[in-house]
Amino acid sequence: MRRRERLRVVANEAVGPYTLLRVKRGGLDPGSPGQFFMLEAPDRPLPRPMSLCQAPPGELSFLLEAVGPGTQALASALPGDEIHVFGPLGNGYRLDVLGADSAAPARRARGGSAGASGRTPLLVGGGIGVAPFPYLSERLNGPPAILGFRSDHHAEAAALVPNAEVVVEPTLVTEPLADLVTQCYKVLACGPEPMLGAVRELAPDAQLAWEAPMACGYGACYGCSVEIDGVLQRLCVAGPVLEAA
Amino acid sequence: MILNASGCLDALEAPEVARALDAFVTKTVTPLPREGNRPVRIAETEAGMLNSIGLENPGIESLLAEKLPRLAELGVPLWVSVGGFAASDYAELCAVLDDRPEVTAIELNLSCPNVDEAPESAAEIVEAARPQTRKPLYAKLSPAAADLPETARAVQAAGADGLSLVNTIKGLALDERTLEPKLGHELGGYSGSGLKPIALAAVYRCYRATGLPIVGMGGISTGRDALDFLAAGASRIALGTILFGDPDAPGRLRRELAEELEARGLAHATDATGLAHAGSTIPVA
Repeated sequence: MRRRERLRVVANEAVGPYTLLRVKRGGLDPGSPGQFFMLEAPDRPLPRPMSLCQAPPGELSFLLEAVGPGTQALASALPGDEIHVFGPLGNGYRLDVLGADSAAPARRARGGSAGASGRTPLLVGGGIGVAPFPYLSERLNGPPAILGFRSDHHAEAAALVPNAEVVVEPTLVTEPLADLVTQCYKVLACGPEPMLGAVRELAPDAQLAWEAPMACGYGACYGCSVEIDGVLQRLCVAGPVLEAA
Repeated sequence: MILNASGCLDALEAPEVARALDAFVTKTVTPLPREGNRPVRIAETEAGMLNSIGLENPGIESLLAEKLPRLAELGVPLWVSVGGFAASDYAELCAVLDDRPEVTAIELNLSCPNVDEAPESAAEIVEAARPQTRKPLYAKLSPAAADLPETARAVQAAGADGLSLVNTIKGLALDERTLEPKLGHELGGYSGSGLKPIALAAVYRCYRATGLPIVGMGGISTGRDALDFLAAGASRIALGTILFGDPDAPGRLRRELAEELEARGLAHATDATGLAHAGSTIPVA
């Protein structure tokens, strides 16, 4: 159940060039992996959508890249500052189709496991698109991952995701992905649009987490529509994770 | 007393927010479904935001058949915002809404900055819509009108029961790196706190010009903002951009406004309406 609360900032930690913003959890539900929260960006008119990165006891954390005034304001928040956080919002990855028993990950062996459908989940992410993967990986008990970054410095974020094969540009995630028999894997992806498009080519039934500028996160503004296969979809209520055709 | 600005809340996605309002105003409906403008559709600015949604809506048939019955279940009075591309569109929409008991009032969106405007003037559109419905008709006007008080007087003469002031005003934001427009539609409607002084002036001038009931909106984010609009001449206020960042805004503003009124010894919000004009000796044009 979504709620909006004022939460205390615990820390802002550097992860390569990214920032891991840790806040007290308050009464907020962490939701399911791939869902997002609207974070009040101090002194900015609009909040910013961020997928949950980690859900340690009593905390929520968000991996962000300070590229504009909103993310810079969030990355500059100091321990003890308080920001409004609203969520969880939208639809996350569908873990049920994997047959994964997400409620009891501890019963599973490390290294991931094929679900009832017999297909091992495979996480494919690019750049800041790895943000939801630490939480997703935890819930799936550490499935294999392929992560792509534009520099070794950016690739330091891969340390947050277990069992990851890391590639750095000019190598793209699609290269190791193409080497795998994708039919054996259920791909869960997050990253820039060109990457999502390329992943779809290789894994037509991948679950893809999309991104768009968003003002509200709860269906009010109609601002986050993206055109996917010629159809406009409000990402905040239809997504952000959408099953590829 | 507290409404949402049209297009700033989906009551079916967030019924708890809609129920905190005194009336819910629908997103503008047009005769036919509209997909809206291509992304990117929103951009934050220093003191607000731009949008270029482009009147995305499922069309009047879908509204009447599917959405209106569900909206009525919310138990909140419903205002339907209607839009079109000719006066006949507005007339047609008012005619089909007239016998729907779920609808409390109709707002004529005469000023969407993101689509081509109807060739007729605001007054001509009100004149066409008026005979089609007995429901209260509110004309939503743009603050960019060349002579806003004159437009207000003209829609009053054409039969409008009230005014909704203001709609967004055209704005532009450029990408930091490429210097190209951020929005897919290039220009968008500007809203948020930067719009407030412009909206307040519009309410002030049109109250003086017409005396019509006014729904004031444009950058309201606190109880004090709401009080300003009442004092300028509004009898109701509507929340827009603030709802995006703060879905709890209706309840918060209600509390804050009550405190503002109490601090001034005013028993009711209606007692604040028009107070800004009390000592004025300057004719407002």
